[in-house]
Amino acid sequence: MVAELLQFLVSGLTVGAVYALVALGFTLIYNASDVVNFAQGEFVMLGGMVTVFATAAGVPLPLAAFLAVLATVAVGLLLHRLAIEPARGASAVTLIIITIGASIFLRGVAQVAFDKRFHQLPGFSGSDPIPLLGAAILPQSFWVLGGAVLIFLGLWLFLERTLAGKAVRATAANRLAARLVGVDTAKVLALSFGVSAGIGAAAGVLVTPITLTSYDVGTLLALKGFAAAMLGGMGSPLGAVVGGLMVGLLEALGAGYVSSAYKDAVAFLVIVAVLFALPQGLFGRSGVERV
Amino acid sequence: MLEVQALESAYGRIRALKGVSLHVRSGEIVALVGGNGAGKTTLLRCLSGVRPAGAGRVLFEGADITRWTPHRRVAAGIAQSPEGRQVFSPLSVEDNLRLGAWRRGRAETACGIEKVFAMFPVLAEKRALPAGGLSGGQQQMLAIGRALMSRPRLLLLDEPSTGLAPLLVDRIMETVAALRRDAGVTVLLVEQNAVAALSIADRGYVIETGRIGQFGTGAELLHDPAVRKAYLGL
Repeated sequence: MVAELLQFLVSGLTVGAVYALVALGFTLIYNASDVVNFAQGEFVMLGGMVTVFATAAGVPLPLAAFLAVLATVAVGLLLHRLAIEPARGASAVTLIIITIGASIFLRGVAQVAFDKRFHQLPGFSGSDPIPLLGAAILPQSFWVLGGAVLIFLGLWLFLERTLAGKAVRATAANRLAARLVGVDTAKVLALSFGVSAGIGAAAGVLVTPITLTSYDVGTLLALKGFAAAMLGGMGSPLGAVVGGLMVGLLEALGAGYVSSAYKDAVAFLVIVAVLFALPQGLFGRSGVERV
Repeated sequence: MLEVQALESAYGRIRALKGVSLHVRSGEIVALVGGNGAGKTTLLRCLSGVRPAGAGRVLFEGADITRWTPHRRVAAGIAQSPEGRQVFSPLSVEDNLRLGAWRRGRAETACGIEKVFAMFPVLAEKRALPAGGLSGGQQQMLAIGRALMSRPRLLLLDEPSTGLAPLLVDRIMETVAALRRDAGVTVLLVEQNAVAALSIADRGYVIETGRIGQFGTGAELLHDPAVRKAYLGL
C-alpha cells in the first residue's frame, strides 16, 4: 500500500520535474515577450536525440550531453534571430504561430537528420532499481530530480541575485519601463530563448534513459508543459515548477489508481477544474495592483 | 541641446503627431502642455525611441538620434520618467533604482541610490519593499528617482502630477526646479496640469491634436487669454 503509493509518487515527481522544466521554458519566453513558444518541446527532443546520436558516434556520455545542450541553445538563439526578431513588432498571436511553424520545421529536420525510430540512453548510474520502503526506484529518477533542482536553483539565483536577472524580471514586469531605463529588451528575449532551449535540452538528456525519445516526442511534452504553465499561472516561475510537478503527480496517480489508459484525461480534468475556479492559475498575476 | 524638427508619428491611420517642432536649450525647464490625446506622451516616447518616428528628425547635442535605439539614448544622457509611473511592481524599491543605473558601475550606482534617498527620504524607509505597494506619490518619486539614476543631462517627465494631491504636485514641481538648480539637469516637462508646469518653466509649448499651437515663456503662456481659456479653465 505505502510501497505502491511511494512508487507512484516518485514516478510522478520524475515526469513532473520534466514538465516543470518545459513549463519554465515557456514562462521565461512568455515573460520577455508575451509569446508562448510552442517549439519548447522540440528543445527537449533535440537534447535527447543529439545525445543519443553523439554517444552512438563514440562520444563519451557527459561530453555528448554537454554538446547536446550547447547545440540546442544554438538552435534556440537561431530561432530567435531568424524567425522571431525579423517579425519584431508583430502581434503576440503572429509570433506564437511562427513558433508553431518552427516546431513543425524542427520536427521535420530531426526526422531527416536523425531517423523515425525510438531511441534510448543507458541510465547514468546503471538501471538496477534501488529498493526503497518496498518500492523500486530507478536511479535515473534521482538524476532527473537532482538535475531539475540544480536548474531551478541556478535560475532562481540568476533572476533574484544578479542585475542581469533583475533586468529580465523588470522586462517581465513592465516592458516599456524596462526599455526606458535602457534595458535592451531584444537581448533579454534572445537570452530567454537561449536559456529556455538550454533548460529544455537538459530535461531531454536527463529523461531519455527513462522515457525513450524520438523525433516527435516534443509535441506531447510541449502540451503537458503548457498545461503545467497554465495551471501554475502563466508568467510565474514558481507556478511553472508547482504546475509541472502537479501534472506529473496527477498523471502517475491517475495511471496507478484509475487506469493507465486515462492518465492524461485525469490530469487534464483536474487542470480544467482548477482553472475553472482560478482562471489566473495557482500563482498567476491577480491583476490587482495599487495605483 | 534637443531639437525636434517636423516630427510625425502615427498609430495605424491615426496621426498622433503631425509635424511637431520644438527645441530645448541646455539648462532650461521647458513645459509641454495640452489636453488628453494631444500627442504629448507620443512625442516623449518618440524622443526616448520606444516609438518609431514616421518622419522628421530629432537632434540631441547636434547628433541625429532619430533612429537610435532606446538604450543608446539612455547612454547618451536622455532619461524618461513615464506617464502613469510604471515602476517595476514586483521588484524592491532599491532594485528599481539599481535598474535605472543598469549600465553604470557598482560604486556609481550606490552613490546614485544615496542621492535619490536624500532627495526622497520616504523611499529610503521602504527600500526593501516591492515598488507595487507604494502609494501613488511615492511611486512617482521612485519613477523620477529611477530616471535620475542614469545621470541624464536631459530629463523627460511625463505627467508627474497625474493622480496626486495638490500638496504633492507642489512638492514634485519643487523637486524638478531643484534638479535644474542644483544638478544642472535640463527638463522637458509634459503636463495636463498647465498651471503647475508653466509656473516653474522657463518656456512652454502648447500642443493640440498633434501640432504645436502657442509657445512662449512660461509667464507669457500663463497670462495668454486663449491659453487660459482652453487649458487653465480660467
